[in-house]
Amino acid sequence: MSDEIDFHTPRFTIKRPAVRVDQQGEATDAERVGRAMQAFARDMGRTAATYMESCIHCGHCAEACHFYATSGDPQYTPIWKLEPFKQAYKREAGPFAWLYRTLGLKHAVTAGELREWQELLYDSCTMCGRCTLACPMGIDIAGLVAQARHGMFAAGLVPHELHSVAERAEREGSPLGATPKVLKERVEWLCDEHEVEIPLDRPEADVIVTLSSIEIMKYPASLVALARILKQLGAAWTIRTDGYEATNFGLFSGNLDWQRDMSLRVIRAAIACKAKTLLLPECGHAYGAMRWQGANMYGQPLPFRVLHVSEYLAEAAREGRLRLKPLKDSVTFHDPCQVSRRGGATQAPREVLAALGVELREMPSPGDANWCCGGGGGVVTLHRADEHRHRAFEIKMKQVEATGAKRLATSCSNCRLTFDDGQAHFKWDHRMESLLELVADQLA
Amino acid sequence: MTLLEFARGPALAFSVAVFVVGLLWRLAGIFRRPGRVDHSVPRHTDIAAGGARAIFAKMLPPRNVKTRVLAMANAYAYHIGLAVVVLAFAPHIAFVKRTTGLAWPALPDWVTYVATAVTMLGLALALVIRLTDGVLKLLSNFDDYFSWFVTLLPFVTGMSLLPPPAEPGPLAAHLLSLELLLVWLPFGKLSHAVLVFVSRYRTGADFRRKGAAV
Repeated sequence: MSDEIDFHTPRFTIKRPAVRVDQQGEATDAERVGRAMQAFARDMGRTAATYMESCIHCGHCAEACHFYATSGDPQYTPIWKLEPFKQAYKREAGPFAWLYRTLGLKHAVTAGELREWQELLYDSCTMCGRCTLACPMGIDIAGLVAQARHGMFAAGLVPHELHSVAERAEREGSPLGATPKVLKERVEWLCDEHEVEIPLDRPEADVIVTLSSIEIMKYPASLVALARILKQLGAAWTIRTDGYEATNFGLFSGNLDWQRDMSLRVIRAAIACKAKTLLLPECGHAYGAMRWQGANMYGQPLPFRVLHVSEYLAEAAREGRLRLKPLKDSVTFHDPCQVSRRGGATQAPREVLAALGVELREMPSPGDANWCCGGGGGVVTLHRADEHRHRAFEIKMKQVEATGAKRLATSCSNCRLTFDDGQAHFKWDHRMESLLELVADQLA
Repeated sequence: MTLLEFARGPALAFSVAVFVVGLLWRLAGIFRRPGRVDHSVPRHTDIAAGGARAIFAKMLPPRNVKTRVLAMANAYAYHIGLAVVVLAFAPHIAFVKRTTGLAWPALPDWVTYVATAVTMLGLALALVIRLTDGVLKLLSNFDDYFSWFVTLLPFVTGMSLLPPPAEPGPLAAHLLSLELLLVWLPFGKLSHAVLVFVSRYRTGADFRRKGAAV
């Protein structure tokens, strides 16, 4: 039976489990280790092998990680989060593996170590990639963590909440119960309530709009905002109930098959309606999953372009199609890691903010070096991660307060959710807003 | 065969062979693995240039990311010192010329003496930092300490050659210490001398494709 989702707190996830089950399936410890290593090795391409060979144990990555920076606990050093997998690589798969095994220089990884590392790989890494900026060898640690999560999923060692929501997403099409039926009901309600048109299941459309379940369930005003903007732009668009959810908890949890299923649902829906553009929602990981990994899940180039909504708005602003009333306010912008630093679209929201005419007040270390909100990579779903996630959030509060900006915006609903949770926890007097909704409010 | 003859002859040949074959083996272990075909539409297409840029950009401290200032400054100091001593000290150039026929101008001796002092002090400080810093203590293993030892050893044995002694023992010891470093290099973290180009290039190229930050 599925865990019940708690919609009565600022952070939407399953209710705190009375008994945690952080281990899935029946298997011996040896089988779990074997599966973990097999899945990890399956993804061991040239790039990952280069990284595995290249760490010089300098520790610079520690300073870049919000979980280390706010705790001072060395176990949160990003590269340490991969230690069992580094050990296993050297012992089983590296160029000198035979030497390590023969001389007994590296011990075989145990299921106990994998269980111990679950907290480091899931609760303590948002895969924000800030550590890569600090690494003098340029190791993409976040990419390796994603790969290690494949191993952990295969071993059946995924944290309770994350497995629960990912499994629900695979089964129902949404991690938060935003099933096609719920989506239809929400859309009908929003159309009546706000007198907008949200076209569902059109057989053909230039733009297919995808959503985050967080938007559907917590921030439905985002759909209204998008509908108003797309109306002004004269777009022929649709939302397809056979492929609308873009957040991809398969990616978070480490199940490559689920990641592929979730991506293919959306891709097939886009192809079915002959879309020229697939519009991704205000969601960071959705961008990474579809913009940079979607075609690889599909196995060939996608027959449409993939844009984050901030890129779509920036393009419309650049072409003079987006007509806006100026917003006379100071705003600071929180960069979603997967869209900016890791996605390459750092400038898009800034173009949109410039089109809005706001006074943009950048945070200390803005843009590509921005600190993560602490909730990415599925961390915000985990109850047991709350304490150190909140600690990490204190960095964001200080950053925001340093700007003195009146308003705070982002273009990721998961970041927004994390900010809402942080705001409630700290009784903070700042409220995160959506860039999309700021734009919709200023349509001329 | 004297110890010096051994150091100059079979030991040198063996260590160079292990160095070359070991490094090639390690690199082959990486490059034999499959590359990925990326079907996503690139944001930028000058991917090789992105890789090359990352090699140089990563030589500088990261912008807007806090760094371990002392450890980083120290690493700059002993890497530069090491390069000066190895590549610009007249007796080292003479050794390379005798062995390979290649030669280049040397820096004045006093410069290399300063570089030697900087490197040795830097390596000593690096060890202190490694032994006292919580993060580094956690990350460190045999490789870190042995690599430190084989890097420092040629400096220690080299110091015994100033001024040049009459007996051949210290020179043999110096050569053997260098040969130990060459033999160890492909197996441990010192191979970052080569891997740094591969790793930085790989990330620089992949991230340039996406427009992501390195």
